Order: sequence, then C-alpha cells, then structure tokens
Amino acid sequence: MQRAGDEGAIRATPLPTGWDEAVRLDADAATVPDPVDVAVPDELRAEIEGHMAKYPDRHSAALPALGAAQERHGWCSPEAIAQVAVVMQVTPAYLSSIATFYDMLRTQPIGSSYVYVCTSVACHLRNAKAVHDAIAEEAERQGIEGVDIREFECLGACDMAPMASVDGRYVGPMDVSDAPEFVRQLKEGREVLPGRSLEDPGFRLPWDTRAQVEQSAGPEARGEDERAPAPDYAGGDRPGTPEGDAA
Amino acid sequence: MSETRLLLANIDEPDLHTLEVYERLGGYGKRLRRALLELSPEEVLQELEESDLRGRGGAGFAMGKKASFIPKGDMDKYLCCNADESEPGTFKDRLLMQKNPHLLIEGCIIGGIAAGANKGFIFIRGEYAAQADILDAALAEAYGRGYLGERILDSEHSFDLVVHRGQGAYICGEETALLDGLEGKRGNPRLKPPFPANQGLYQGPTLINNVETLCSAPAIVEKGADWFKSLGVEKSTGTKVVSVSGNVRRPGNYEVELGTPVREIIYDLAGGPPEGRQVKCFFPGGSSAPVLTQEHLDLPYTFEAMAEAGSMLGSGAIIVVDDSVQLVGLALRLSEFYRHESCGKCVPCREGTNWTVKMLERIDEGEATPMDLEIMAQVQENILGNCLCVLGDSMAMPVGSMIAHFREEFEQHIEQARAKRDLEDVSHRGAPELAAAGEAGPN
Repeated sequence: MQRAGDEGAIRATPLPTGWDEAVRLDADAATVPDPVDVAVPDELRAEIEGHMAKYPDRHSAALPALGAAQERHGWCSPEAIAQVAVVMQVTPAYLSSIATFYDMLRTQPIGSSYVYVCTSVACHLRNAKAVHDAIAEEAERQGIEGVDIREFECLGACDMAPMASVDGRYVGPMDVSDAPEFVRQLKEGREVLPGRSLEDPGFRLPWDTRAQVEQSAGPEARGEDERAPAPDYAGGDRPGTPEGDAA
Repeated sequence: MSETRLLLANIDEPDLHTLEVYERLGGYGKRLRRALLELSPEEVLQELEESDLRGRGGAGFAMGKKASFIPKGDMDKYLCCNADESEPGTFKDRLLMQKNPHLLIEGCIIGGIAAGANKGFIFIRGEYAAQADILDAALAEAYGRGYLGERILDSEHSFDLVVHRGQGAYICGEETALLDGLEGKRGNPRLKPPFPANQGLYQGPTLINNVETLCSAPAIVEKGADWFKSLGVEKSTGTKVVSVSGNVRRPGNYEVELGTPVREIIYDLAGGPPEGRQVKCFFPGGSSAPVLTQEHLDLPYTFEAMAEAGSMLGSGAIIVVDDSVQLVGLALRLSEFYRHESCGKCVPCREGTNWTVKMLERIDEGEATPMDLEIMAQVQENILGNCLCVLGDSMAMPVGSMIAHFREEFEQHIEQARAKRDLEDVSHRGAPELAAAGEAGPN
C-alpha cells in the first residue's frame, strides 16, 4: 500500500502518452539511435530513403519522412520518431523540434485521420465557426473516435467557403445542416458529402455560371442532384442562387 | 465586363492536367524549344526583365530583376517555386496547380534557364494533398517525354524538379522560412541580407518565385515582352488571377488585366455583396493588406494604386466585408490567425500578436476602455518593421487600418460591451441574494 507523497505512487500515475510529459532531466540526451535497437518496417524505410535521395542534403527529407511515419503510426509517436531518426541518422530531438512546429504533424494520439474545418477570415465571413461547432457537436453526439476534428487556418479554398478538408479531400460549400450527414458518413468510413468535393469530376460551385458547354458531363454527373441547396449565408440569406445567376 | 484569360485560358478544358491535352493546346513544344534552343539564357532573362512581370505572391518584386541578381558561375544554383499558398483569401495557385500543372512545370523550366539553375523544388503546402499528387503525376509525364532531366530536348540545359510537401505552416510562405522548411528545419525566417539570390537553399544562389509568376513566364517567352506589356498598365503589366471571397455572391478566381477598376471585379465579376448589403470594406491583397473602404472602389487594381491608397495588391486576393459584419470580431479572428502562425523567433511579433488578441478579447468582453485603442495602436507600432519578416506587420497593418477607418465602431463596441457586462454583473450579483430572499420568504 502506497501513501500519497510516496515516490512510487507518483511513478504509478499514468503519464499522458503525448509530448507534454515531463522532460527527464536526469537522463542523457537521446543520440542517433542504433540500428540494432530500432526495427523499421521495410516499406517505411524504403519510402524515407526514397525521399532522402531526392535532395542534395538528407535533412531535407525530414518533413516528408515524418509525414510518412505519421501515416503508419497515426501520429508522431516516440516510436515513429525513433524509426525516422534511425533511417535518417539524425537525433530524435531534431525530429521532435520539427514535429512540434508544423500543424499537420500530430504530437498526440488524437486520430489517424483528420477533419480540418477552415475558420479563417474568408470562411469566418460566411459563418464557418458555426459549421465547425455543429460538426464537433455532432461528432460527440454520434460518438466518433480516431478522427482529429479541429478548426484550421485558411486552407486556400475561400471560393467554396465554408469548407473543410477531410484527409486532404476538400468539401464545400457547407452549411450547419450538413453536419449530421457529414458525421454519419465519416463514422461509416464512406466518402463525405459525395459530389461536393473539389476533386470530384465536373465539380462546380453552385453559383459558377462559366459552365463549359462542350463538357460532356451532364448535370447528373456533376452531382448537382444530390447537392444540397447553397449554404445559409452569415445573416441568413444566400449569396445568390444558381438559378438566378444562370438567367 | 469580362475577364482577360491568359493563365486561365484553357482552364475548363477537360483533362488539361494531362500532358497530351496540354501539348495539344500549345504547351511545351515550340515555345520550350524557343526558350532552350533559339534563345540564349541571357536572352530569356532579358525577355523576362523587359516584360516587367512583377511577383504575384505578395511583395510584387520584378521577377526578371530578381533573376538577374543570381550570380553567374558554376556553383550549384536552385529554383524554388513558392506554392505554399496560405495567405487567407488566396486560392489562385490551387486552381492553377490542380487544373494546369504542366504550365507550372514549363514555367519552372524557363525560370531555371533564366537563373542558370539545374535543380528546382516546388514547395507546396501539405494541405494541398490532391494538388501535390497531380503535380507528381505531371512531373512523371514530363520526365517521360524528356521535358525534364538531362539535356532537355537535346539542349545544353538539364533540369530536375522535385515536389516538396510542407506540413502546415503559414510562415513557410515567407521566402527564407520556405528555404528552412525545404532544408528540413522549423520554418523560421532568416536575417536578410544575404538575400536568397546570393545565399539561399543549401547556401547556394536561389531564385524563389510564386506559382502564378512562373506560370506567366512561358507566354512571355513565346510572344515576347512587348506583347505582355500591352496587357495591363505601365508599371503593373500583364494579367492577374484575382481570388475574390467573403461577402460576395460569386466567390471565385477571376483573371483580369491589371488596372481594371476594383468595383468591376467585386460587382461585375463576383456579383457584389448579397442583396440589401453594402461593401463596408475590403482587403485588396489577402488578409495581410490594410483594408480599404467604399471610396477606394473606383481605383484601378494595380500595385501602385493600392500602395498609394495605403494598402497593397499583395497576393491579389480581394476579401469583401459587407455592412452586416462586426469589425471587432473580424479583427479578433484575424489576429488569432497571426498569433497562431507566428513562428516565435522575433519577440515583437510573438508577443505583439498575442497582446493584440488579448486586447480585442477585452473589448469584446466589455473590459476595455477607449484608452485601450491607443495602447493597441502602440502595440502595432512596436511590431512594424521590428522583425526579421513581415508576419507581425501583416497583422499590425490590417488591424491598424480597421481601427483607423472605423474608430467609431470600435469605440461603440467598447461602450456596448461594457454596458452589457455591467448589466450581467448586476444580475449575477443579484441572483444569490434573490435566491436567499426566496428561501427566507414567507413561511
């Protein structure tokens, strides 16, 4: 039986798994790991070495290498960092300095996929915060796990504001009322908001009238049928309807 | 009012991102041969210099001039394409890379000739995952056809190009931070001089250009500097892809000749603000540009006119704010962005952005006095020009301009928020007393 204040009791307290845990000042600084100690999956090793070969200096591969390791581990875990360090022959500290700097590198095991909802200036003007909150709330209600849902700075798609990036797939324009469907599709691992992504063939913004007449894709192929009406605009009315502009 | 489409000329063409379609529409082929075989590197550079093509990424520096700063000699030189498009409101490069990746590759080859560089990198932001994949596929096609690699089209020029994916950092759009990101470090801006043209990537001379700038180069080589100068106005030549966003009916990318009145871009092309609303103010060049107001709507959209009006053309992104928007909330959102993205290297920026956020929060929570506006102005003053890069300035200038143009609104907001808080205070203080009174009520 351990009493409070007992050193053993403190050690027994589980520390969080992320990088916020206390630095061990009594330990020596980590050096470049010994290849004997760290096993690296062959695929990951090949990918990192491929990145290193592209640059005159192997250090340049740090960003893509960490990205590759994160894809496999779900986050930049100490194990992931050690694997990158041993292949690149750099110290773990060097890599964690990078992992803590860049927004897309996760230093906590939040989830292996992500939803970034843009709430930057242009999206802010179109009610993006409400869209994010609706999605976050809905995710909690439906009990989603393993997805990093967060507000994000400008994603460079202000033409489809408010928008979100689901693992790099840009969807928009969105509305608060899209949240339940959005989260349901996310939870079931299906494509989120099909037909409303920038990458979908023939994608057009609801108000885009510069349609190419010669394009063979009909309205069905453009996904206009499933498309929800243009999103609610900040104050309630819409930024012009497609029908009105087409006239 | 219609667009003048040069870069976006074939943008709606199906499968433009494939080599086959791009070549069919006149890409590579003759004009690349002209750049590689008919013209000497000096002549390519001269053509770019004479075109007066100015950087489309934000600073507006003449591209040809920048390339001419690259020293001659046999050292390793590099070309970097800045595709880390993160300026809020800007989405032109995304469109160009997604739809027309080969135009960028061709632009990079020509930029490489002008700079004497044999190795190039496209630093693309990590969020543009789909666009990076498209670029990678296009690169493979270009290598396969011999447009990249050793001795392109049997000329003396060799050029290798690599797509480098960032991992999410606004600061990497700053050219020296971009170099750090490319070298595998935290994206911290460097002290200038030395400028990248002398000592950039891996300490070698480096030419850094924005996607749109490089995309303009092939047409200049093909049709000549004089033709390019016939578009636009005196010191702002050519066309510009303008990203219009915010409170307009048709947000999107519109390509116009520089010198087109701002009103035509906002109203005729982007449809103007929604019914019953007015333009309150607009950012003429991304969120880092000081806001302009209604009275500036008739100015020509040029580098000079925007600068004279106290703002800048920046990345060419117009964010329209209509009269339904509360500016304190907008200023807060803006400064939160810069606080988040400040790399932390320079104190004025790291602390100044944080203080600005806190002071705007105070205003919103009803804890500020009119004096806070003075203090806030002082904070902005202490950021301006005191850092290695302009990230801090990019917050100080627009926030400062909002207060300058709409001081009354800020003062009103302060008063109203205070009144609201006082009212809440009374009811909060009153609540336990009332409850106590209720318990001790008639019994």
